[in-house]
Amino acid sequence: MKTILDKQQLQLTILRLAHQLLENNLSLKDVVFIGIQPRGVEVGVKIMECIRQLFPDEKLQYGILDITFYRDDVRDELHVANTTDIPFSIEGKKVVLIDDVLYTGRTIRAALDALQDFGRAKKVELCVLVDRRFNRELPIQPDYCGKAIDTVVSQKVKVEWDKEAVVLY
Amino acid sequence: MQLSTKHLLGIKDLSREDISLILSTATQFKEVLQRSVKKVPSLRDVTIVNLFYENSTRTRISFELAEKRLGADTINFAASSSSVSKGETLLDTVNNILSMKVDMVVMRHSASGAPHFLAKHIPAAIINAGDGINEHPTQALLDALSIQEKLGTLEGKKVLLVGDIMHSRVALSNIYLLNKMGAEVMVAGPPTLIPRHIKEALHVRVEYDIKKALEWCDVANVLRIQLERQNQVLFSSLREYNLAYGVSRKLLDGLKKEIVIMHPGPINRGVEIDSDVADSDQSIILQQVENGVAVRMAALYLLAGNN
Repeated sequence: MKTILDKQQLQLTILRLAHQLLENNLSLKDVVFIGIQPRGVEVGVKIMECIRQLFPDEKLQYGILDITFYRDDVRDELHVANTTDIPFSIEGKKVVLIDDVLYTGRTIRAALDALQDFGRAKKVELCVLVDRRFNRELPIQPDYCGKAIDTVVSQKVKVEWDKEAVVLY
Repeated sequence: MQLSTKHLLGIKDLSREDISLILSTATQFKEVLQRSVKKVPSLRDVTIVNLFYENSTRTRISFELAEKRLGADTINFAASSSSVSKGETLLDTVNNILSMKVDMVVMRHSASGAPHFLAKHIPAAIINAGDGINEHPTQALLDALSIQEKLGTLEGKKVLLVGDIMHSRVALSNIYLLNKMGAEVMVAGPPTLIPRHIKEALHVRVEYDIKKALEWCDVANVLRIQLERQNQVLFSSLREYNLAYGVSRKLLDGLKKEIVIMHPGPINRGVEIDSDVADSDQSIILQQVENGVAVRMAALYLLAGNN
């Protein structure tokens, strides 16, 4: 077990991601944020909190998306479906997808498929807390990345919110 | 997380966890059905045949919609317009269909136990869409989802099944499900339409006085009088049945509380239920139909992933 980000580093990283998102999007009027179920939601909530503190007057649009029904391994393993709640239109908007760990890229592939059913976004970007680079199975890369790490397949990366740390097993 | 069974033959075979899993998955599918694109690609590699050996409107359309909204390919089969009329047996018909690479079978049949027989002889997953007077599991599941949405939970709720209990597969599936989920069940109707020993066999309350029964319950599920299954005279006339056991506005207005009214359809207006009750705000009959698609999507999705 190895700690990748401790409590303080995790807070700083999330704050940096919030800053980078604001840096690239001076107005958030046409930007919507979508956390991917189940574990991207908490990352999204933390980033939203940071943005809200930096710009209390900005109206934030934050939704959550479950990609269970869009997985490419439905027949191999059943996953329990979670809530999807996108209470706004994404048509013509810039969508920032938020997830905790980017690994094979298959979740993001499914999320891109799912997004299409909600409308035609002007642009889609990806923001992740941890990027397990060199393990990708699809051509997908993050636009905003908390920390890039090198891992082997047998290892596991977990964001533990109760301890506020990112751990490598 | 998966279902404990390979087929959905009846609620009798399901565990409490299975039922909860189907209902929670159905809730997620309800959200899918609110989207502008009401479709997900989960079952796009699956082919499903709908075998209807008995007439149906709601169930057949509901299953077909559910299958299409999961991206599955579907074939519809009605016994009346098929080689069944030339004398082909059930097993031959199904084996011929399966040899064309069909993965799942949704079947309605007038003989109780027909889907159980098939399950023993064919490799495909089977969903029972109603077999004779035995079970109609997806109807009980959609009834449960509708009650849960209206009252928050099934646990401890008092559910009344009124009418033709004897010939109703909806009643049997509902009794199994409600008992497993911790609801209290009462059946009411004329003594000729309530099986003897049902109280001990299925652990339900029995009441022959409709007024008392309605006074007891939170939800009344009014069942259709199944004239097509009755081969002897069990009550003198439909008019007399309506006077004695029909759920009327007057009866409901005389109660101390407002109860929820359900009906699995098709409704015999003016027989088991009066129009002004069926169409009132108390009735959730159309919500039941809406929930039917989501529940069937959940059942198909969970069974397809259960290899």
